[in-house]
Amino acid sequence: MKDTVIKTDKLTKRFGDFIAANEISFEVYRGEIFGFLGANGAGKTTAMRMLCGLSAPSSGKAIIAGFDVYKQTEMIKRNIGYMSQKFSLYDDLTVLENIHFFGGIYGLTDKQLEMKSKALIERLGLQQEAKKLVASLPLGWKQKLSFSVAVLHDPKIVFLDEPTGGVDPVTRRQFWDLIYDAADRGVTVFVTTHYMDEAEYCHRISIMVDGRIEALDTPKGLKQAFQVQSMDEVFYTLARGAKRGD
Amino acid sequence: MKQFTTFLKKEFAHVLRDRKTLLILFGMPIMQILIFGFALTNEVKNSKIIVVDYAKDMASQNIITKIEASRYFEIEKAMMSAKEIEASFQQGIIKMAVVFPPDFNKDLLHQSTAQIQVIADASDPNTANTLTNYVSSIVQDYQRDLDKTSLLPYRIEPQTRMLYNPQLKGVHNFVPGVIALVLMLVCVMMTAVSIVREKEMGTMEILLVSPFKPIMVMVSKAIPYLILSLINVTTILLLSVFVLRVPVNGSIFLLFAESTLFIITCLTLGIFISVKTNSQQVAMLISLMGMLLPTILFSGFMFPIENMPKALQIFSNVVPAKWFYIIVRDIMIKGVGLSEIWKETLVLIGITLFLMAVSLKNFKIRLE
Repeated sequence: MKDTVIKTDKLTKRFGDFIAANEISFEVYRGEIFGFLGANGAGKTTAMRMLCGLSAPSSGKAIIAGFDVYKQTEMIKRNIGYMSQKFSLYDDLTVLENIHFFGGIYGLTDKQLEMKSKALIERLGLQQEAKKLVASLPLGWKQKLSFSVAVLHDPKIVFLDEPTGGVDPVTRRQFWDLIYDAADRGVTVFVTTHYMDEAEYCHRISIMVDGRIEALDTPKGLKQAFQVQSMDEVFYTLARGAKRGD
Repeated sequence: MKQFTTFLKKEFAHVLRDRKTLLILFGMPIMQILIFGFALTNEVKNSKIIVVDYAKDMASQNIITKIEASRYFEIEKAMMSAKEIEASFQQGIIKMAVVFPPDFNKDLLHQSTAQIQVIADASDPNTANTLTNYVSSIVQDYQRDLDKTSLLPYRIEPQTRMLYNPQLKGVHNFVPGVIALVLMLVCVMMTAVSIVREKEMGTMEILLVSPFKPIMVMVSKAIPYLILSLINVTTILLLSVFVLRVPVNGSIFLLFAESTLFIITCLTLGIFISVKTNSQQVAMLISLMGMLLPTILFSGFMFPIENMPKALQIFSNVVPAKWFYIIVRDIMIKGVGLSEIWKETLVLIGITLFLMAVSLKNFKIRLE
């Protein structure tokens, strides 16, 4: 029996006449890496904001980590981690200070913080840089640090909004190693991306077109269903039909 | 609570690590106090004055008629004791008092000299100076008229008294103005920019996703600036007392309490701007154009509000700095207590509560 951590049922968000997310229904299981794909303007960000408790849905149901998206946003926030496409640590704080700050606002105790920050710095090999300002780190390291901070408080689910934008392929690969590590520890990873090679790394992916989920399966399953060789082709076949663009 | 201190620590790190901004923060008040060392001269029209006529004789009546005929004054005649006059000054009802002693005419006829007491509120030295000069020339005018009809030379001596600021120092006037200006600049602009920076950087999103309450994000952003601003007020007061020799006549405690109130007003304004804007440049522009300019123009410390067109006079009432300027000037120079400035204080509290309500409402909408 699979352990469901995200379950949505006809989740919809309207802005006036515009339907940003149109009756999306899906389930994500514990420890799964779930890819959330779609062209710009397809409604990914809107959907993700609803799942994070940042934006109230217009209709439909959603249960995140066992909590209702309408009434229990506080509990949802406690149980998720989040990393956005913009790099989101403080440049004018040191590596250690950033870890302590983000851990601190999730209510970790000093003892926990000490242990966790030590382990994190060792895992990333940042011993030399721990007391340096984040501004002095290369982008790839910042992204890795950013991810590690997002899962510092052991969330049930971590939401990643295009986490690898502007990062070179080698670093991207290393970044995905971190994601796999987290998934192995039982953290569910919900990730949006533009890179089709990254889509292949996911356990299952959904593709959104014009506010609807048009396809949802394993990468292998999708390629078979569309009878093509790569995820690229799957994506283009679906996205070609889109009416909304940037 | 642990979350809150974590957040505060981070905010202080932001402020203290930005050396350039810090230099501006603490250098600015010192610069301004030293630069604003000059006062502006202005013509004064329709100032409220009170005429106390103990003589009620021909000479005093003639002079009063002449004063009434000039367009500079709005006259009220009343019998007041010295104490009552003092009270009217403190409440800011009148700008000047002209007192005719009993036997004014008799002195003039028998001794050829008589005296008039002219008392002016010199906490605004320009106005005080101008007003007393007007009265003196009116009296001289009357004296000349008398001389024409009589063989004896008459002398009427206006005895001028400048209340609160006997040496007519311009600095008395601008120290409260600089306090208002600096607080406005530090609190409104710095808070607005520092919150909007988080929006630009994308860290605001992370904070909003965290269990940390959004309202607490705002509060903890504001606290470092509250403390910095209080340090600035202290610096300005120390400079004004020890360098410019402008005394603080009223209660220091009251002065700080009122300053804290105004700082909170400004911080709320800053938060309001940050809720409404998304880029640091826009936030800065709004703070400068929308806040700083009205503060300079309408607080009354550079340009007398009495001389402005009616519409602008009414507008000046919504500028928080105007009320704060009056409060600080009255405490520092006139040395009054809360009983004389409770109205201004109440207005300031009102403005603050209004701004808080509006920002809170807008903040909620934005979260949707």
